[in-house]
Formats: sequence, structure tokens, C-alpha cells
Amino acid sequence: MGADATLRDRFERGLAAPICLTWELTYACNLACTHCLSSSGRRDPDELTTAEAKSLIDEIAAMQIFYVNIGGGEPMIRRDFFELVEHAVGQKVGVKFSTNGTRIDAAAARRLAGIDYLDIQVSIDGADAATSDRIRGDGSYAQARRAMDNLKAADFGQFKISVVMTRESVEQLDEFEAMAKGYGAELRLTRLRPSGRGVQVWQELRPTAEQNRRLYQWLLGRPNVLTGDSFFHLSALGSPLEGLNLCGAGRVVCLIDPVGDVYACPFVIHEQFRAGNVRDAGFAQVWTNSELLRSLREPGSPGACGACGSYDACRGGCMAAKFFTGLELTDPDPECVFGHGETALAKKAPSSLPTTSPDHSRRIPVSISPR
Amino acid sequence: MASSSAVTFDASAPWSLSPEVSLRDEAFGALAYHHGNRRLVFLKSRELVELVRRLGEFESADVAIGAVIAPGEHDRYVEALSLLVTSEILRGR
Ligand code: SF4
Ligand code: SF4
Repeated sequence: MGADATLRDRFERGLAAPICLTWELTYACNLACTHCLSSSGRRDPDELTTAEAKSLIDEIAAMQIFYVNIGGGEPMIRRDFFELVEHAVGQKVGVKFSTNGTRIDAAAARRLAGIDYLDIQVSIDGADAATSDRIRGDGSYAQARRAMDNLKAADFGQFKISVVMTRESVEQLDEFEAMAKGYGAELRLTRLRPSGRGVQVWQELRPTAEQNRRLYQWLLGRPNVLTGDSFFHLSALGSPLEGLNLCGAGRVVCLIDPVGDVYACPFVIHEQFRAGNVRDAGFAQVWTNSELLRSLREPGSPGACGACGSYDACRGGCMAAKFFTGLELTDPDPECVFGHGETALAKKAPSSLPTTSPDHSRRIPVSISPR
Repeated sequence: MASSSAVTFDASAPWSLSPEVSLRDEAFGALAYHHGNRRLVFLKSRELVELVRRLGEFESADVAIGAVIAPGEHDRYVEALSLLVTSEILRGR
């Protein structure tokens, strides 16, 4: 059901608990994607223990958060992965987890297929190995496809194929659609944001303005393609895309990172958007009382977008994209469809870029071989 | 996306909240989430939330609306309930 304007106003003032809570289980990852939003690679020695993770799940259940988006790093690397998933779904906290697929062999696929309230999205960055591996590393595409084959063979049901839109992948929309159809899977497309390691590749990988317009048209005709509400800045081009069409950070969206730090959104892992830590007094306390989150729920000023006739559709775009490109939060989105973001970017000194975020990248990039 | 169910809403029949649905109160009303079809639905008034919660106590949706909702709003609430049937938030008993 779509949200009307009054409902959106309510959402902008924040909800009793998030709708879209992401919990990154670990910073450890066996891939090293160039655009990784959490700069993952190495496990952090301070990651939540199994007992801490379970009590966090209990709290999530008590807050009536309907489902949690589990990510990483590669969540399946954690040895207690299945234990935690089962602990969550056992209390009817649905799990939607995001994986590079490397750990989904035939046995894991069968085990996953036996769990209720579980959704899986397997990430790729191209419809062929060459395109995808340029971003995710050699061999990664083949392993992701093998994971999809295994899920299909295990009768998992409808999993999701998740693709970040880059200058290359956006040219392969029809191929992704056909691939999803072949698996009986859903297609999920999300926006490339300059977060984590993405900050270094954003300029060269992001779709051009013309590609974004084509993407918008393509999506308009396909309401069943999932987007996680990530292209609402493109709604300024005309009719709104599916979704709430607002920046949910701290209002309906939140992130808990592997060490229990709470950030306003998965795309703003940076000290400036850190709201607290679940180890102090739990997650609910941070969600309700954090000064940062409360300030994000105040009515925002449309700033430089105030004069734009499309502000109601686009709300000035993505806070993370502005922040990591050095824009003010009241500036237009760097990918504003009318080019106002480019103008604002051109005026910024390079020194206005935020300093580095927590970085768990491995120092030596590895390549993986099929197991 | 789950396809719309073929079930149509008959207000003279008994209905209740699906056991697959969780409700979470919010300032505007409530969020309803169907764990099976993964649909999230917004219940946009407190009155509707109360009606949905108590639907199962009554012999029919009509009687429930009569008991819970102010007179004169009957048709609006029949329509609201029928949308909730389409998304499988409610089910026949
Ligand atoms: S000027 Fe602002 S509100 Fe208008 S389209 Fe650009 S980013 Fe959106
Ligand atoms: S900061 Fe960007 S990614 Fe995060 S909730 Fe807002 S719009 Fe979405």
C-alpha cells in the first residue's frame, strides 16, 4: 500500500521502532568489492558475541520489529550464523539476509530452504562474469551463480538477485530481468552511494544522468522490481516510483554494526552519524533517546531545494550521498535530476570531504578460487 | 509480489486478523506485517486498529463495525476492511 502525504509526514517524525533495520553481523568478508559500503574485509575483534547477539535479537523482538536485514561483511562467515538466524525466526523476527553466495553450497542451500520467514538476496554486479568480477573479484560471479543454482535445486523458493546500479550494470537491466525470471527469483536494484570504499569509485562507477533517466523509465514500468526505495531522487522526473519516497535515516531506517554501534543508516558509517552503542543500554534506548536520531526527525529545511518544484517528489535526495561528497545536508542530491547537485559539487573545495570512516578493508586484496 | 488473493470480502461473514500478522502500534495507528507474504500495511487510524484487533470477537464484520465504529462511517470501514482482505491481513473464519 502506498504512503500518502500525511503518512509520510508522520514517518519523517520517526516511528516507535524502525521498519528497515539493518544489522551487519561481521566486518569479515572473503571478497573485497570495490564499492563495499561498509569497507569490510577483516573481522573486528570487538564484534558482538553470540550471547550479546542473541539478546539483541530478543530486544528486536520485544520492540516488534518485524524483520531484520542481515548483512556484513559476509554474514555466513560467522560460525553462529545459523544459530542466530534460527533464534530470530523462532521469535517471528523475519530475517532478510544479504550474501555474496560463496558459502551457499548444496548442503547450506538445503538448510536455508528449511527455515521459515527467511529471505535471501545474492549480490552480483553484472550479468556476466567479466562485468561483475571487475567489481567483486575474480571467480565471484561463478560462485554467486552456483549459490543461485543450489538455492533453486533446494527448492528455496523466491530468492532475490541484488544488483547495485553502476555505469556498466545499468546497461544490462534486461539481462538481469531474464536471469531472475529463469530462477523464479525477484530482482532487486539499488543505488550506488559514495559510502565506505564506494567513496573512491563513485565518480567513475555511477550511472550518467542519461542512464539514470532510462533506469527511471524502466523501473516505472516494473513495479515488481524491488529497489529498497533507493531511487526516490529520480522521482523528481515525473510520477513517483514505488515506495515511501523519503530519506528514512533515523526515522524508519537504522543500522547496527558488528561491534554494536548504531548509525542512522547503513550508508553513513561515520562518526558524525553514530547514535550510540547497543552495549550501553540496549538498542531501544538509542533509537528513542539519541540526540542525533531525534534531530534527524525534526522537520528539515529544504535548503537549496526550496525553490524546486519537485521537492515534494524528491525531498532533496539521499543524505549519505550528500555527506560523502562534501555537500551540506540542505544541498541538492549530488545526482539531482536537474543538475543542481553537480553545480553544488563544483563549488565545493576538495577539503570539504569528510575524513575517513571506520575501515576494515583487508590490506592485501585476495582473489578467491572455487571450492 | 504475492498475487492478490481471490477471496472477496463479505461483511456479513465472520472475519479475524490472520495469525500470520503482527501489529505494532504507532502514533498514526499501526503497522501490520504479514510474515507469510511479507506485506507491510499501514492502518491509518486508531479506530481501524481497534476494529481489526477485535474483529474476531464478533459474528460478522458488520456487527463488529456497528460495535466499534461511530455510526455513519460504516461504508468507509467496509472498504478499509476489504483492502485488508486483499492483502491477506484478515481472513475468513
Ligand atoms: S533541486 Fe533538490 S528537490 Fe529538486 S530535484 Fe534536485 S535534489 Fe530534488
Ligand atoms: S541517507 Fe540515503 S540511503 Fe540512508 S536512508 Fe537516507 S536516502 Fe536512504
